[in-house]
Amino acid sequence: MTDDRLVIGGHEFNSRFILGSGKYSMNMIEAAVKDAGAEIITLAVRRANTKEQENILDYIPEGVTLLPNTSGARNADEAVRIARLARELGCGNFVKIEIMRDSKYLLPDNQETIKATDVLAAEGFIVMAYMYPDLNVARDLVSAGAASVMPLASPIGSNKGLQTREFIQILIDEIDVPVIVDAGIGRPSQACEVMEMGAAAVMANTALATAGDLPLMARAFKEAISAGRKAYLAGLGRVLARGASASDPLTGFLRD
Amino acid sequence: MKNQFFVDSDSLSSEAAAVKHRLENDPSSRTNHMEYMPGMEVIESDVCDNVMGHVRSFDYSSYTAGDVRAALEKDTCTIEDFKALLSPAAEPFLERMAQRARIETGRHFGNTVYFFTPLYIANYCENYCVYCGFNCYNHINRMKLSMEQIEKEMKVIADSGMEEILILTGESRGQSNVEYIGEACKLARKYFRMTGLEIYPVNTDEYRYLHQCGADYVTVFQETYDAERYEQLHLLGHKRVWPYRFDAQERALRGGMRGVAFSALLGLSDFRKDALASALHVYYLQRKYPYAEMSLSCPRLRPIINNDRINPQDVGEKQLCQILCAYRIFLPYVGITVSSRESAEFRNGIVKIAATKVSAGVSTGIGDHESKYSGKVSEEQHGDEQFEINDTRSLKSMYRDISKEGLQPVMNDYIFL
Repeated sequence: MTDDRLVIGGHEFNSRFILGSGKYSMNMIEAAVKDAGAEIITLAVRRANTKEQENILDYIPEGVTLLPNTSGARNADEAVRIARLARELGCGNFVKIEIMRDSKYLLPDNQETIKATDVLAAEGFIVMAYMYPDLNVARDLVSAGAASVMPLASPIGSNKGLQTREFIQILIDEIDVPVIVDAGIGRPSQACEVMEMGAAAVMANTALATAGDLPLMARAFKEAISAGRKAYLAGLGRVLARGASASDPLTGFLRD
Repeated sequence: MKNQFFVDSDSLSSEAAAVKHRLENDPSSRTNHMEYMPGMEVIESDVCDNVMGHVRSFDYSSYTAGDVRAALEKDTCTIEDFKALLSPAAEPFLERMAQRARIETGRHFGNTVYFFTPLYIANYCENYCVYCGFNCYNHINRMKLSMEQIEKEMKVIADSGMEEILILTGESRGQSNVEYIGEACKLARKYFRMTGLEIYPVNTDEYRYLHQCGADYVTVFQETYDAERYEQLHLLGHKRVWPYRFDAQERALRGGMRGVAFSALLGLSDFRKDALASALHVYYLQRKYPYAEMSLSCPRLRPIINNDRINPQDVGEKQLCQILCAYRIFLPYVGITVSSRESAEFRNGIVKIAATKVSAGVSTGIGDHESKYSGKVSEEQHGDEQFEINDTRSLKSMYRDISKEGLQPVMNDYIFL
């Protein structure tokens, strides 16, 4: 277990909890790092684009990797421009591509995400692509250079849990880069479930932001993710998912 | 108290007064408010028909407590549910509506509250809108800021920490043409992260030009969606044309603006119908332009210079709160702005329920930010205000108050692309 690290684009992490960016507060970042053990924190570039004294950039603890996202981008071109701005702001090479052409449900635009991944991966970015879980798109994203794919579990901010379970499982089974489940995870039990399924990590935000006791919820997520990961490594999830074998084998009559 | 809008200034010539009285009293002296004037772009759109079809058939007295309860129990609020929430039958459910609205606001916006401030750069106006302080017959100090003056105002505002600005003018193409406004937008890009416009409606190509100059959000208040009432209130000028105003947001989006804002001025007509129309205007445009950002405001009538009796009629704070909760439940993803027309107490309360954006450090006058922000007495001339504001708090004190409520003030969440 000690060597069980999350590797994204050649970078290693001990934690499999990533803090999302939707609803920020300084308390939340503190809880995510201290209590949930987060080593990656998402940052909306458009939100960091401020002269305000309380700039989120100043609150990121040392040793934590920033994951700037391109929220606000409506197409690939805008996402590319935001990613470049993030690099100029000193946010490093990681970028989470988020492209929304819909202000109501905030569902990601898979086609534009592939285009942006292509451009940004070629520019040396470590691209993590937020997506609607579609196997063909995930394969195209990997071909375009994505270091990770981030399928949504249910509409962002909805706390509705694993609505796209079957499709995420397919990605986990078929895609060779880390599959990180993003958006819609409302409870630690759901985070545990996706880890059991074999997801590489979980991203959450609203579930923490709307909790009554933030640090306590952060700890709950940490433990749930850890439990789910252990179950996956122990093989339990796979056995159940694929069906147990019959005690009397059907092929027992075969002689050679 | 019924509003008495007509006020005669002593400085009007007898000829001007005669024209004014005729406009006020003789409908045949007024132009057809449904007919476009020369130069006004006509776009093909079904949005207006969709919205007004619902408004015409909206009989709010037909909804019952049962309809309201059913609406509040559903996950997704339909147009029919929204109508029930706007009806008088929903008034006893105000607290429950507020609870539900708060959940929706939290889900979509967290605990954030965004700040902006308006900057009026000119108050010349070519229209006679009887309730407005800028109307062409109202005797007030008129002024149009030069680019140097605009820049000075912007510096003062930016120094206060503000990062989003809303540039406003009176509705006068003659005095404040599109190029003048465009130059102001270019200046704003230097000092602010986000620039919005609240000016007279223009054509698509003009919105495109203003977008290129740095503006990215367009606010147009329809004032009232009741076209017949609109005709009685907007007696003269380009603003008289109701359908050209209705299509302004759609032209702005076609011109490349990221977002658009909507409102009726509550108190001018039947507020329940106007609230329904405002929200459906957002709803149908969002379906057509799903990538656009949308927001709703909720201004109520306020007193103006030379007429302190103007009031919001039957739209009390409870009614206003009901409307805002209904907006939030029906359109959970939409921004809701509450301006300084409302009191500090109301604004402190409503940001915890439904509102996501508030103005701070507000002046609706022209060229007076330095004196209002620093108390420094200036020799320079000022232009008079559009209406009396209620909440006079500075950005600093609002920032403090909002934080005290356990909410998170946000100065910017935006990149111009």
